[in-house]
Parts: sequence; structure tokens; C-alpha cells
Amino acid sequence: MEGSIVAGLITMDDLTNEQILEILSDAERLLPVARGELYLPLLKGRILGNLFFEPSTRTRMSFETAMKRLGGDVVNLGDVKTSSVVKGETLFDTIQMVDGYTDIIAMRHPRQGAAQYAQDAARVPILNGGDGAGHHPTQTMLDLFTIQQAHGRLNGLKVVLAGDLRYGRTVHSLSHALVRFGCDLIFASPDLLRMPEEIVSDLRAHGANVLETEDLYGSMAEADVVYMTRIQKERFADEDEYARCAGAYKLHARHLEDVKQDMIVMHPLPRVDEIDPTVDKTRHARYFEQAFNGVVARMALLCRLLGVTVPADVSAEGGAL
Amino acid sequence: MSNEHSMRRVTAIRNGTVIDHIPSGQAMRVLEMLGIGGETSVPISLVMNVPSKKMGSKDIIKVEDRELTQGELDRLALVAPDAHVAIIRAYSVAEKLTINLGEEVVNVVRCTFSNCITTNLREPQAHRLRVVERDPLQLRCHYCGRPQDLGELANNVL
Repeated sequence: MEGSIVAGLITMDDLTNEQILEILSDAERLLPVARGELYLPLLKGRILGNLFFEPSTRTRMSFETAMKRLGGDVVNLGDVKTSSVVKGETLFDTIQMVDGYTDIIAMRHPRQGAAQYAQDAARVPILNGGDGAGHHPTQTMLDLFTIQQAHGRLNGLKVVLAGDLRYGRTVHSLSHALVRFGCDLIFASPDLLRMPEEIVSDLRAHGANVLETEDLYGSMAEADVVYMTRIQKERFADEDEYARCAGAYKLHARHLEDVKQDMIVMHPLPRVDEIDPTVDKTRHARYFEQAFNGVVARMALLCRLLGVTVPADVSAEGGAL
Repeated sequence: MSNEHSMRRVTAIRNGTVIDHIPSGQAMRVLEMLGIGGETSVPISLVMNVPSKKMGSKDIIKVEDRELTQGELDRLALVAPDAHVAIIRAYSVAEKLTINLGEEVVNVVRCTFSNCITTNLREPQAHRLRVVERDPLQLRCHYCGRPQDLGELANNVL
């Protein structure tokens, strides 16, 4: 089926719920291609411009892998310190140049609003890979894919988001998306790192059932998903306060004894201490699959934004490597 | 003191623009937003904090020999949305204009969020604030999406 056009992906508001589900379904079918079991050069001859103005490991690499698995090519901005940006080039000018070199751009920028700014300046679609504390919709898509993979649905789930909810852009975008699918949300965080007031009120205005608490362990019993994030030391005024807060958000296998059998633990990675390695071996751990899903979700998004239809029967169209 | 008296604090102008019912104390900002500064050669009369029946007190500006355009006046929607504007020709009111707040405020002020991409003033694209609510006024930056601090916005006039 020919999917409806998406001009660019700056925030999750650029996708309807129907489009989200279509893209997740495309991603599901592309799994053998993402795993390298099947060669399907749907994007042969297309070039992705990777513009990462600040460090990124997973997002940049998974975009690159996604494009290459589909037979496309990638050009990179490279290190910002040695690019024209250091000479004082504006984002507008950089985009004008890359727009001419590529068919689609994935970008991350330290300033909020940079992705929308780039989209307004560009002819080609922009995929926002994170803009300051703003949005990170491709992360949200891979998170939704991981949740749907585990539970077979997105609607009506109970999701705990824990850790740094104030500065973590992944949890901001994800909360909005989950509410659109009627999920109940529990925000578990130290008071200092609570979800910003305007986001909570926005979610409630959209009819969301939101509970805020400082008690992570006490809020997991009914959860279908526990989404952990990293608490950064530099957010705190002193070490003692950090140690006290961070200690209450460290998940260990022993905390998972009374949770639902099919509850999954997610994390955007990199993790530091917030998930103990004992959790890795439990049936609940999903964060490494989640990181892998970044490839398949981004493959589906690249196809959609480039107007390329993912075939209904991928194995019939694809060839051996 | 009556409104008549307030108006007569400065002489009637022959040709130009009169902006009345400016909130008290905002006249200087109105001039700033209109880009009318010290280098302007046309005569400008400015009356501040005069009594007003409707507003308690108000400011008035008269700009001689220059007819402000609707586009210029719409820039005032953020500081003086209820101002009355008259175009004067040969000492008579030739046209009455009202200030309109559109769907978006373009290139009037810049976003108040310190980490917005538009804080780099070398970036050439328009500064755009979307009107999300009119009463009370709420604006959001088109780019970063942040709600705007109206108090601070007055310091961000372009």
C-alpha cells in the first residue's frame, strides 16, 4: 500500500496515529533486512546527509546502517570542529549546501528548534535526531516499535517513565506519543528532575491519566513497561544529594520479583548505574533489542519520507546477500 | 482633565499618523517597535501618562508627514493591541486603522528561550511566534515550540 506523504519528521505531531502504525508495520517487515539476512536495495541511488552537530553514537550509526542496509549511501558532516561550522557558518547556509548534495537529512543540533529551522530552509526532508532539550521523534518511533513488539499493541498500556524526566528529551516525545494511544503514565523521578510542568499539563489537557511519584519501586507492580533514563551528576548541587537521588533509581533484578511477567524494561542508552547488569539476564530486559530497533525503525522512516513503498512481502522481493 | 485637553497638549498635525490609547508608559517601546528612532528627521510628538476616561492614563504619539502602513502598525499588537490609529491629511482624519494580531507575529520580536536556534542573530530566516491564545495572549516559537514569556518579550524587540 502506498503510504501517505510525510514532508519531514521534526516532532511526533508530524505523524498521525495511523501513519505511526503503518510505519511500525513497515519496520516489522523490514526486520530480516535490518538483520542482514536479506538484501533489499529499496533506497539504491539515494543519499542520506548525516548532520550531527553534537556527539551521537547510536542515532548516527543506526541512521547510517539503516541507509546502507537499504542500498543507499551516506555522507557525513564529520567532526563539527573541523567543518565549516567552526568558521561561523550559519545553520541556514550549511543546510543550503547539504540540501544540494543529498536526498534526505538526519540531524542533531544542540539548539532547540534547529530541526524545524532546517526544514524551513531545505527542499529535502529533515529527520530530527534531537534538538537541544526539544524533540527526538525517531527515538520515539523505535521505542514505540519495541513496546509494540513486546505487547502486540500500543493502546491502553501502563508505562512508568523513571529517572531524569526534566532534561531527557526522549521521555518528553515518548510521553506525548503514548498518550495519543491511550496509555496511562507514571512519572517516577526525584523532585528536582520532575517532568516539566507545561508537559504534564499538556498531557492532562489531552485526557491523559498521569501520576507523579518519587517512588519507582512501588510503582512497578502493574506496569507493562518501565522506561529508565540516566540521572546525571551535574544536575545536582552536591554529591550527597546526587547519591541519595540516584540510589532510589537503580534497578536491580531483585526489584523485578513481583512485576508482571511480560513487563519490559527499556532504556535509551547509554546507561551508567541505573540498571544493574543483573537485570540483563532477566526476561524483562529489552534495552539492547531497543537499540537494535533503532535501525529498523529508521529504515521504515527513511522509506516513508523518501516516498518509497515497503513491499508487503519483503522476502519475495529481497535477495540473498 | 478631559480627553480633549490631553490631545491638545501638542498641536494638531497637518499630515501624518496619530496613535492614541497606547498603554501608559509604552510610547517609547512603540516608537522602538516601529523603527522610529533618534535619526528620524520627521517631527514626532510624544505625550505620556495623560489621563484617559477609558484607560485611566495613556500615551499618545503623533508622527508628522509619515503615514504608517497597516503592516507597520500590526507590529504593535504585542504592546498596544487596543491603540487607535488615525491617518491625518490636511488636518482631518482621512482614515482610521485598527491594529490586528494575526496568526503569527513575524520579525517583530525574537523568541525568549535562551537555547532557541534563533538566538543566533546571524541566522537569516524570519523570527516567527505563533499566536496560540488571544485572551490572555499566549505565543509559542514556531521553531523551538517554547511558550513565550510576555514580560521578557518586550526586551526582545528586533
